[in-house]
Order: sequence, then structure tokens, then C-alpha cells
Amino acid sequence: MNSSGKRKSMSPDEESRESNEEESPLLTSQIPASDDESGASEESEDEGSGSDESSSQDEDDVGEDTSDDSDSDDESDNDAGYDTASVEKDKSAADPGTTESSVNGKDEYEYDSSDEEDVRNTIGNIPVNWYDDYDHIGYDVEGNKLIKPKQGDALDEFLEKVDDPNYWRTVRNKFTGQKVILSEEDLKQIQRIQSSTHPGGSDDLYAPWVDFFSNEVMEMPVTGRPPDKRSFIPSKWEKQRVGQMVHALKMGWMKPRGEIRKAKLSHDPNAPSLDLWKDDTESDITKRYRMHIPAPKEPLPGHAESYNPPEEYLFDEEEEAKWDGQEPEERRMDFKPAKFSSYRAVPKFEKFINERFHRLLDLYMAARQRKMKMNVNPEDLIPKRPDKKDLQPYPTREGMIYKGHKDMVRTISPDPTGQWLASGSDDATVKVWEIATSRCMKTIPMVGKVTCVVWSPNPAVNLLAATVESDVILINPNVGDKLVCSNTDSTLESYVESATTSEHKSPVTWSTASEADHKKGVRLKIEHQQEITHFNWHAKGDYFATVQRGSKGQAVLIHQLSRRQTQAPFSKPKGLVQRVMFHPVHPYFFVATQQHIRILLDHFVLEVFFVQANCKYISCIDIHPGGDNLIIGSYDSRLCWFDLDLSTKPYQTLKYHKKALRQVTYHKHYPLFASASDDGAVIVSHGKVYTDQLLNPLIVTVKILRGHKTTNHLSVLDCKFHPTQPWVFSSGADSTIRLFV
Amino acid sequence: MGGTKKKKYESGSATAFVSRNKALKKLQLSLGDFRALCIFKGIYPVEPLHKKKVNKGSTAVKTFYNLKDIQFLAHDNLIVKFREKKHYLRRLKKAVAKKNKFAESIIRDNKPVYSLKHVMKERYPTFTDALRDLDDCLNLCFVFATFPHSQRIKVDLVQLCHKRTVEFQHYVIAAKALRKVFVSIKGIYYQADIKGETITWVVSHKRGYEHPQDVDYKIMETFAEYNSVLLGHINIKLYSDSHLVYPPQLTERIYHDTAKCLEGDSADELLASLAPQIRTTGESPDELEEDPEVDAMNAVNVDDPEYIEKSKLEAATISRLQSLFKGCKFFLNREVPREELTFVIRCCGGEASWDSSLGLGAKYGESYDGITHHIIDRPTVSNQRLDRTYIQPQWVFDCVNARVLLPPQDYFPGIPCPPHLSPFVEEKDGEYVPEEKVKFLKRMRGEVEEEDEEESEAEEGEEEEESEDEEEVQQQAAGNKRKRNAKEDAQGPEKKAVKMAVSEGAIEKVDKQKALARQEAEERRLGEMMIPKKHKRLYHKIMTSRKKSSQETRKLEEKKEKLKAAKKKSKGKKEKV
Repeated sequence: MNSSGKRKSMSPDEESRESNEEESPLLTSQIPASDDESGASEESEDEGSGSDESSSQDEDDVGEDTSDDSDSDDESDNDAGYDTASVEKDKSAADPGTTESSVNGKDEYEYDSSDEEDVRNTIGNIPVNWYDDYDHIGYDVEGNKLIKPKQGDALDEFLEKVDDPNYWRTVRNKFTGQKVILSEEDLKQIQRIQSSTHPGGSDDLYAPWVDFFSNEVMEMPVTGRPPDKRSFIPSKWEKQRVGQMVHALKMGWMKPRGEIRKAKLSHDPNAPSLDLWKDDTESDITKRYRMHIPAPKEPLPGHAESYNPPEEYLFDEEEEAKWDGQEPEERRMDFKPAKFSSYRAVPKFEKFINERFHRLLDLYMAARQRKMKMNVNPEDLIPKRPDKKDLQPYPTREGMIYKGHKDMVRTISPDPTGQWLASGSDDATVKVWEIATSRCMKTIPMVGKVTCVVWSPNPAVNLLAATVESDVILINPNVGDKLVCSNTDSTLESYVESATTSEHKSPVTWSTASEADHKKGVRLKIEHQQEITHFNWHAKGDYFATVQRGSKGQAVLIHQLSRRQTQAPFSKPKGLVQRVMFHPVHPYFFVATQQHIRILLDHFVLEVFFVQANCKYISCIDIHPGGDNLIIGSYDSRLCWFDLDLSTKPYQTLKYHKKALRQVTYHKHYPLFASASDDGAVIVSHGKVYTDQLLNPLIVTVKILRGHKTTNHLSVLDCKFHPTQPWVFSSGADSTIRLFV
Repeated sequence: MGGTKKKKYESGSATAFVSRNKALKKLQLSLGDFRALCIFKGIYPVEPLHKKKVNKGSTAVKTFYNLKDIQFLAHDNLIVKFREKKHYLRRLKKAVAKKNKFAESIIRDNKPVYSLKHVMKERYPTFTDALRDLDDCLNLCFVFATFPHSQRIKVDLVQLCHKRTVEFQHYVIAAKALRKVFVSIKGIYYQADIKGETITWVVSHKRGYEHPQDVDYKIMETFAEYNSVLLGHINIKLYSDSHLVYPPQLTERIYHDTAKCLEGDSADELLASLAPQIRTTGESPDELEEDPEVDAMNAVNVDDPEYIEKSKLEAATISRLQSLFKGCKFFLNREVPREELTFVIRCCGGEASWDSSLGLGAKYGESYDGITHHIIDRPTVSNQRLDRTYIQPQWVFDCVNARVLLPPQDYFPGIPCPPHLSPFVEEKDGEYVPEEKVKFLKRMRGEVEEEDEEESEAEEGEEEEESEDEEEVQQQAAGNKRKRNAKEDAQGPEKKAVKMAVSEGAIEKVDKQKALARQEAEERRLGEMMIPKKHKRLYHKIMTSRKKSSQETRKLEEKKEKLKAAKKKSKGKKEKV
């Protein structure tokens, strides 16, 4: 049969049949056109053949009717190329007349292939009951009325029922109104359908599949249909296509695959070419080009990497152990230097490929940043120092040691004349030394540790104030000018207690010393409620201030010596008061709490200044004799210089001490200041304040003085300048006092 | 006014950078493709100045790219090609899985190929730009050229890299551009001067390979692909600029030995041996030789007479280096690295050959009378000939670095060679200079001053040791004397104390210099204290680095002293024995 046939799905509904009915006359009309090969489309050819073959289907019908071959259906399916309706086997619609009309002629191509006669009634697919009121039931092909067959009445029906043995199997054809007697076969089929078995009634449902259309060439054709003409002649279309290709090949438009492959292989798009940098002189400097950050080059190898390095570059045992112990990232060199006797003996370097790989990773993965390489000479970073001669005089070396105390010397104070030095120690004594000879002139025993010793700044009297626990003790040490000493005593004794003073409840009690104490030199005693942490004289020597520990409202007390009066200026001090000071010239009062310094005016009410020290914990404070500058030392090893005219923030913060500062002090005349710290050093700096307001103070460190030993993490506890000479005293935890000249 | 309020992170550095993940999303590429694209296009992550701002307030660790870079990538045709490749691979996989050989072959034929030429042009607008990037390119190509063929590494790429490196080496030979060589334990470093750019590359020792496991070969391959293309372009430019025929061609027709290799390979093999000369185009080839002096004249600092003098001197040494081995005929023994030495010798105008059984390119055998130097790397020489110098390979390298022919006595076979020093190190003040270098520099200076000494120089090597010994003896003697004096000093006062006499008071000697130094140190310390906070960190950083280097120097010096002492001791023992 024809090989180009397509299997088509069968649709057993009537619609398709009708469509086929419509088509078929058209197709038949085309048959001659397709036959003469004049150039109809393939489709039409196919359809033409389909119409040709519809004849064979009828034959199948017959076969089925007669032999009831179960395979026949399939067969007709496989006869591809024609349409479906012919295969309809709808028994219900089938006319019994079909069987009659489908006569089997000898030549199967002679008879008219259409199955139109089967349908007597041509009314189409409409309900038949529309014809109920007419005599006819429809029309035949010629358009003649189909007269309804004569219907008997109920009596006839009954009689028939009684007479006719076939009555039970007589049904009426709706479309023609004729009676049809069902055959045995039909009955059987109905029975099979009713019992839900295979309607075809095949005996063996599961018979093995016979692949009828196999690839094997059969001896006999399956159908008797003669082969098409087109199977004998070459395809025109193929010929045309081949012709086109040949032409394309000739013209070089098309190439055989092998040649294409060869061309592709031989043409390398990345082959070196000269046109890349042809015009070397000109290049467009794009922004991209400018922004490019080139990768840094790999470092070049040093002597140590040589295969035959000088021997000093080889690792000794210690270095080798260190190298082995380190992580690869920490190592200074990524290889162990080795010496080989000859080039031949050099082994391969294990990490060579890894090293190259890591370089590649760096190239594409490492984030790049443009870094300005600074070519800085470290010498330039050190600020220019003025000439040494301009800074002199300043203490340069240790001149004297004052030995005698048995415990750490917490406090020292030179007297205003510069002849005597008083010191207070933890061994509960106050000693008075002659500065020039280092001789201890007086030792005054106290009841407890001496925390502060300060000479009265008044040159007319010779008065020494010492604080022992919660007492302030005023001592006349009886050294030096006799006249002054006696004057001191007389001024102290000249005081007459007035009645008014006792009205207020004083926070302290003033008392004169006992006879025994008087002999020792003690003149007055001011008992406080709490331990005294700090003591300071006013510049005139009449007032003095004390700081008590703990007592909040009365932390700061101001005492007047001439009237023996005491007042507590602050009802509520802000913060924990560390130090207090009187301004040397103006009626200002400085209160240093842990982190702030407040400067107060006029009976401690008006706050003039609020200075923020940039440190955690102020330990000491001193005011420049000019009064406009201030230095503070803190426990976090900072020294801040404030220029009060300039700002409330430090003008300069110096962090040259390594440990907490204990004392800072200005020199009265020379432009010097010194700081003492727990790190054992007394650092003397030149701090010049200009009278010109436009010039900032000049601060230059000039000397680091060391001498005190460190005991119990304490070293230098106090330092003071000599009132007239450029000398500095320092007292330390090693129970000595030193003078640096 | 009523302007709209400016929102945070909508302008400035927050929008100038993108993280890698965002870039991937934007480009719609897989990570691998993105990597390859970055490698080809030379895009790298950047470190923003204010990372927190860029990261929109977060401090998480992220990689950032310039947004402009990513936009630049997005417009490249390579992305399309990568997608095509992905598609190609998918189709191929399918065909292979279905065992559809026909479809497979068709798909393979249509494999997408891409060109990197436009990338080169973008990345290196001028040829000098390309030369600046040549270091890494050469390093990788040389690594790939020596890779064994394996499943991971494609043979084509390895061969291409090898070809390119051979071409490059031939150029260096022809241009005599080699300046320095250094044999390190990692490999051999070469430094060449190509068109004024100093280019350094390292070649591993040829000792056989194992592929390390912790290396991503995919990345290496991508780089190699790019670098082989780049090197090809650079080579052709270099060749054309120095009037050489590209691809390199042999000057003479060779009659290959079928026993050693296939006919087609023999030319390549011969080229790879670096021995034969390559053909020039026949245009003024001596232009190259004039280059250094011209450079010197065209130098920027024409006004500076010192600079001109210096550059003239440099030019002279370079021309001396280029004809260092002129007239020398080397014979390389079997155990000597052939290609490396041939390369170095030919760069300096010499000729090298080897036994013809070892490989192609041999011009003369061992018995050839014209041989002046025989390089040998084994302790003994069998049937030594008097008409040639037997030396170890290190001599060649040291000569190149010294730019003069060194006396061969120190390099005779069997003798331990003097240390091989790195020519790349230029010691600054205060850094440790190896003794050998000091000696060499002294000798060079001596040569420059008086050329008559050359005769004595030959013997110097031997004499040096003796003179050293003498010096040592003298030093020892001096030391002894000093010790004796000290002893006397120590004993002196004791004796006098016994006598209870008052001695004449000696004036305390104040070492003025020491005092001055102390004072200076103190002043410096005081100055350091006054450094403003702004510069303190920088200052201390510089000082610590200086300290470190000085520490290293001290350590090396100490070690040297120790070694000397140990040597002396062992020598003394030997003498006693």
C-alpha cells in the first residue's frame, strides 16, 4: 500500500460523517486534476487518494456484516489517507436496507462508492416528531415525499402481537417509520451490550497482537490497490531544492560541513595581530583609565631566597622552631632559607603553583584601594624646638637629697623666702629643712599622717599649715628671722574673740594649742568633722580653704585666720570636689571636681567659667601666676593646659607621663611648670605666656628628672618649685626629698 | 524654602558601589561566569573609603565593586557569548546523553567562540600599559607551559602557553634585554628591560610536578586563556618593532633527525631549545644597540649633570652586559639546566651547545676545540682538557649580575661556590649588607680607579683568606693586649689599697661624644613627647618599622660574628691536629 499514509483518529459521530458527505462530491470532482500531475498541492493529492480509497471501506463494511471479523475495524483504520466517516459502524443508525443495497459486485471499483442510499430520508438531523402532523415523514434524494407507512390501530397491534412470532423483535425505524425485524446477530449484540461485555463479541480479547504493518516486506500487497504514479517518478520539489543547493555550492554561498569545520578551526579570533597598538602615540585617556588602580607588583626576592645564600641568612635552631610554630599567615617569610651545594641539588618548590594561584586570586578578588604613599621623614614630625639657650634656666640634675623621714613624704612646701622647706610624711611628723644644706632644722611630731603642708604666702609671718586627718594645724616653726617669728606669734595672739561669732553654728572648732603643743610650735588647731584632703592658702595669707572628704554640703570650707571664722560657701557642691584654689590676683575661686573646673566670683555665687577637662579624674591643679592660664593633672596620665582667655577646652593636652599624675605646679617667676607622676619622673616644661594676647602660650618640654624609686606603685608624690630659683623639689614614696637644680 | 528632605543612602558613596551579589543579580550571570568576566575585563573589587556608609549602615563584611565597573561589564559582548556557551553546553550535554553522535558533532561544530581583542584594547590603550602588566602574564604563562597534561588542564592551552613563552624568550635574546638573573629556591627569576619597562618573571625549576589539590584550576585556566592571548599580541608587537619575523622562523633550514621527533615538530622543538637564531625582516637591526645612550640623552633631567653622568655609566655597563659572553663558546654538560643557561648565555652574546644526543639545537660536541667554557655541575671532571675552563653554572648567573666576567677560580667544579646573592636588593642605609657584596663592590671600585690591579686580582681570591687570617691574628693580639691592660688596671688599685697610700687623682675623662649623644637622645625624646596627637601614630609606625629593620640587621650581624668565631675555632683545631 502507499507508504506515505497517515493514521488518523476515527471519530464515530455523525457530524463527521456529514462533513464527509459534503466533502466527497468535491473530492470526486478533484480526482481528475490530481491524476494528471499538473501541480496540485500534496494535500489535495492525499485527499484525492482518500476519496479513492473510500471504496475499500465499503468492502470492509460488507466483510463485517458478513463475517463479523473483529480485525476489520483495525484494518480500515490502518488504511490511512482517507477520512473517517466511512468507518461508521453505528448499528442504531444503520439502515437494514444497507445490507440489502450493499451488493457485492465482482469489480469493487465499479459501483458507486457513496453510501447515500442508506439514508432514504434526507431531512437531516431534526426531530422526527416535527412530521407528526403530516402524511409524509421526509423526503428522499429526489425530493419526493416519503409517505409514512400505514400505521395500524391498537387492534392491529394486538393481532400482530398474537400472530406474528417476530413481533418481539420488531422495532420501528424512526426516520422511515418502517418496521425492522432485528436479526439474530443484532439480538446477540444487544444482549452483549446489556450484559456490559464486548459489543463485538470477540472470543479472545487477549489474543496476541499481530503487527500487520511491520517493516518486513510481504509477498502479497495487503490491499489490491495499485501503486501511485508518484512513487515511480522523481519528486519535482526535491529536484528543485537540490538544484538550489548545487547552485549555492557553485557560487560559494554554501559550504560543506567539513570545510566549515576546517575554516572554523583555522580561524582563531584571538590570534596575535599588529593592529592592536598600531597608533601607539595616541590613546584616549578615559576616566576609566584614570580611575584604574593597578595591582601592586610582587615583591622581589632577597638574599635569603637564594639557593646558595650567605650562611648568616640560614635559620638557626631558635628561628626554625619559631617558623615551624607559626601559622603560615604570621610567618615573615613563606619559605625556609636553605643552602644547596650545587644547582643540581635544588629540589622543586612545593608551593610554587599555590603561590602563583594566590597571586591570581589577589589580582581579581582582593579589594583595591588607592593609597598615597607618604614619604615622611620622621624628623619632620617632631615639632621644632626653640634653642636650648632660650629655654634656660631650668633644673637639669639632682642637687640635693633630704633624708630623714621614715615613711613616704606626701607633701612638701618651700617657704616664701626660699630658705626653708617643710615636709609632711606618713610617719606622722612635719620636718623643716634648710634648703641650702639639706639639714633638718625641726621635727614636729603629729598625731597622724600628714596630708598637706603649706607655708603661708604672707612674707610678714612665718606660719606653716599642716593637715593631719581632720585637723588643720597652724605651726610657727620658729626658723629664720626672729623678728618675723615673734611677729607671727603676736599676730596670732592679738585675736580677741568677739561675741557675734558664736551665733552661727560653725562647722569647725578653732582652738589654740596646749602648752605642750605650743612648745613644739603648734599655735592653732581647727578641727573639722571629716578627714581633710586638701588645703590651700589665699595669696594674701589671711584666708585659706580646706576640702573635706565626704561631707557634701560642707566639702569646701573657707577660713579666715584674722577673725577665726569659717564658712561653707556651697550648700550643694556639684560633683566630688578634688581641689580648690584662689586666684592669685582676682577674687576668683577655683573648684575642681572630678571632670570639671568651675571658676566662681563674688561670694561663690556667680559662675564665671565652666571648664571641661578632657580627662576622667582630675588629681591636681595649678594656676599660672598671671592668672589666665591653668594646668591640671589627672589620674589618667594627662596634663592639660587651659588658656582661659582662649577657650574652655584645653589649649594643649600632653600625655607624656605613663602613669597617673600626682602634682602639677607652676614656677612663680620663671616660665616653667613641672608635673610629678607615679612613673617616677618629674617632667619640667617650659611654658611661656606672652603678654601679647595674640600669641598663644609656648609649651616645650625641657627636662625629664628621675631619682625617686618606686615603692608600692607609688613614686613621686609631690613636687614644688623653689620660690626664687629655677629649682624643683620632689618628694617621693621612698621617704626622700630631692632637689633638682 | 520647602525643599524635599534628602533621604539617607540615596546618593554619594552609598550608590557609587554595589556588592558582589547585587552585581550578579544585575548582570544575571552565574558566579563562575562573573568571575571569568571580571578576569577578562580586569575588574576588581574596591575598598570604599567609608565602608559603613556604602553598606548602608551595616558593618557586615562585603565585597564592593564600583557601580560604573558593573555597568561597564553589562555592556560587553562577552556576556552574550557566555550565555551562548551555556546554551551550547546544555545542548551538547543532551546530545551526549542521548548518544546522538550526529547531533553532537553538529553542536560541536557550532561551538561559540569569542574574541578578547577588544578587551585588550580597552585595558591597554597603549603598548606600555600592556608591558606594565606583563609580569603576572609571564609568570602564569611560564607556569602553564610546564604543566603536565591532565584531565583538568587542556593540552591546547599548555602548548599555546609554551609557544608564547618561547617566542618571548627569543625576543629577549634578540633584543639582549636581559638584565638580572637570580636562582632562588622557588625558581629562577629573570629581569629584563623591555622598552624602558622593567619586567621580572619567575620560572620554576624543572623538577616534575604534582598538581596541588587546594588550587582552583578553573580560575587558573581562565587567567591563562587571557594571558596567552595577551602575550601573543605583545609578542607580535615586540617582534615587529625589532624587525623580527613573526612567528619566529629559523635562519637556516634544518635537517631534522627523525629519531628524536616527528618532522612537523622538529622546527618547534628547535625553537624551544632557544639555541638557533631567528630570522629578521632585514631592516636596520642595529637600532636597538643605540637605545640606551639615546635614552640617556633624552632623559628628563637634562640639566642635572650628575644624572647624565650616571645614566651614561649605566648605559656603558648595559652594553658591556650585552656583549659579556661575546666570543665565549659554552658547552653544557648533561646535568646542567639547558634551556635556562642557553637563554642567559645567548642574551649576553655567547653561544651554547650540548651533546647532540640530548636534544635538538646542538651546534658542536664536547670534543670541539673552540669551546672556551665547559659548564659542569658535578664534583669531578673526567678527562679534563686544558684549553677550556670548567665552571659551575652559578658562574654564569653571577657574571650576569655583576656585569663583568668574574674570576672563575671560585667556581671550579667541586669547590663550594661563593654565596649567590640577589641582584634585586638595594640596601639602604642601616640595612645589612652581606660581606661578599661589600667585597665585590670594593673590588669594582678598585678596578675603576686603577686598572693595573687586574693581574693581582686573580691571586686575590687565594690571598684574601690569608690576609683575613693575618688580620684575625692581629686582632687577637690587640685583644690580648687590651685584656692585659684591663687586668693591670684592675689589679692596680688593689695593690695600692694594700699600701694605704693616696694616689694621684686621675681626671675624670668625660667622653664628650658619648655625652653629646646622650644629650641628643634626650632632646629627641623630649621632642617626641611634644609630637601632636595627629602625627603621633604615623611617627611611631615609622619608628617601629625602622626598629624592626635595624633589629634584623643586628641579628644578621650577630649571626655572622658567631659563624666567624665558629670557623676560626674549627680552623684552630685543625691546625693543632
